[in-house]
Amino acid sequence: MSNVRRMTGTTIAAHSILIIYTIIAMFPVFVILINSFKSRKYIFREPLALPSSDSFSLIGYETVLKQGDFFLYFQNSMIVTVVSLTLILTFGAMAAFALAEYRFKGNTLMGLYLALGIMIPIRIGTVAILEMMVATELVNTLTALILVYTAQGLPLAVFILSEFMRGVSDDLKNAGRIDGLSEYKIFFRLVVPIVRPAMATVAVFNMIPIWNDLWFPLILAPSEAVKTLTLGSQVFIGQYVTNWNAVLSALSMAILPVMILYIIFSRQLIRGITSGAVK
Amino acid sequence: MATPLKRPVRWHIAVFLAPAVLVYTAVMIYPLFNTLRLSFFTEIDQERVWVGFQNFKTLFGDELWSKQFWNALANNGWFFFIHMLVQNPIGVALAAILSSPKLRFSAFYRSAIFVPTILSFVIVGFAWKLILSPIWGIAPELLDSIGLKFLYQPWLGKEEYALTTLSLVSVWQYVGIPMMLIYAALLSIPDEILEAGECDGVTGFSAFWKIKLPLILPSIGIISILTFVANFNAFDLIYAAQGALAGPDFSTDILGTFMYRTFFGFQLQLGDPHMGSAIASAMFGIILIGVCIYLFGIQRRMRNYQF
Repeated sequence: MSNVRRMTGTTIAAHSILIIYTIIAMFPVFVILINSFKSRKYIFREPLALPSSDSFSLIGYETVLKQGDFFLYFQNSMIVTVVSLTLILTFGAMAAFALAEYRFKGNTLMGLYLALGIMIPIRIGTVAILEMMVATELVNTLTALILVYTAQGLPLAVFILSEFMRGVSDDLKNAGRIDGLSEYKIFFRLVVPIVRPAMATVAVFNMIPIWNDLWFPLILAPSEAVKTLTLGSQVFIGQYVTNWNAVLSALSMAILPVMILYIIFSRQLIRGITSGAVK
Repeated sequence: MATPLKRPVRWHIAVFLAPAVLVYTAVMIYPLFNTLRLSFFTEIDQERVWVGFQNFKTLFGDELWSKQFWNALANNGWFFFIHMLVQNPIGVALAAILSSPKLRFSAFYRSAIFVPTILSFVIVGFAWKLILSPIWGIAPELLDSIGLKFLYQPWLGKEEYALTTLSLVSVWQYVGIPMMLIYAALLSIPDEILEAGECDGVTGFSAFWKIKLPLILPSIGIISILTFVANFNAFDLIYAAQGALAGPDFSTDILGTFMYRTFFGFQLQLGDPHMGSAIASAMFGIILIGVCIYLFGIQRRMRNYQF
């Protein structure tokens, strides 16, 4: 390299600290992944070695695919996450637009009411939520989970999106009004495209907690047909505690989809957190 | 905007607000208050009977219950204390290093350090359980390689270490969040302020302590309250790693697991939604106190700098 950087002491120190912490952060994931591809003997003999031709084995994955219905769990998680996100974004953006755009009686109060849920966790209401879901026969359906996650995600979505919508220029909206667009069209055609980056941020923020939640699937939808991936792997691992191959493979299979989502969205997520704070 | 003399009812406002307000009210706010209400009832002969504060008297007065409750609360307090003591300083330190302007690969480090945060508690709980397990022996082997094998203990199995170990696992998982938020706050400090400091000879470490840290205090406040709320309704990690009984001998029991056990029952004890509601109400009170202290005690006193 022609342009050699002068590595000062501080830069070296900074890099070593970050490298050490990166290793600490990645180590467990790495150990689980490499050992899921080994035979039982080698898991114990050389836990830190990469799988080699001697130790390579897919026995764990075979057990998982035979015994657990991971594709069904994955599909359930996918449905719950995607539908909840869609509802959070649609309803959240609509409410945020109403709060940011119009002056009406009770506007501030409505904003505060919707913001309550940012600080108060929905889990506190679990007893009554379960009772309500039993009464409406929604227990053991994905709908129950979707409703809960939508309600849980809305407060922060409204809060973030209305901040962004206040920044959308009035001239644009008024130009639309002069052209005879209805308020709905102004919202869907003019405002939504502009705040799309903010909506992506809200989506990424909500995606991870919904996908990873254990509490509500455990309480509202524990039956086999509607298990989410998180609950499914929890139950599966609980049953196969002593089968190390199966446990490690199940863990790897649970890690995989989240990692893929993360690799796709990490830039969005990081940009979202950063721009959110700047605002 | 030109306002006509008599404004027609603007239905579109209601249409925009309705779906969010309905779902939010029906699934979040109403159950929340209903749970608080249920804590004043009990079930006698399959009928719901109003008993006033009886459930709370049992929870705080009955020795069997109150011992569990205070144990869970104290454990929860310790859980929170470890987070504040370890997670936030590490988060701030990492963010400070990452935000230094000429650092290479900072995007890579950021993404990698954030990875544990995206994993579910189930994965994290089991992964650490396996790694720390004396059967597998990764932890003792690693300690051995640096000559510290004598330090090894089956941490998750010992009453005196299990809670701290799990708190540290949770810290490990969530360090990414304070790191990101502080990182963002540090980036938003305008260069002019730092340059002004440089002209006065304030650089490096002292620039961090004297200029940046005071400016990011509001973010640290937000992180603290987020940590508080998250910790006091935590459940998943303990459940995934130690089960609903929060062993060994309830030493890792926190309010979330205590409520779960009470609500659903375990082993021979039957589930009791009303006592569960009472515990949920206590949790609600605790979180409310924390949020109020933050809003009125801390946030008011902090100056928000607008750039």
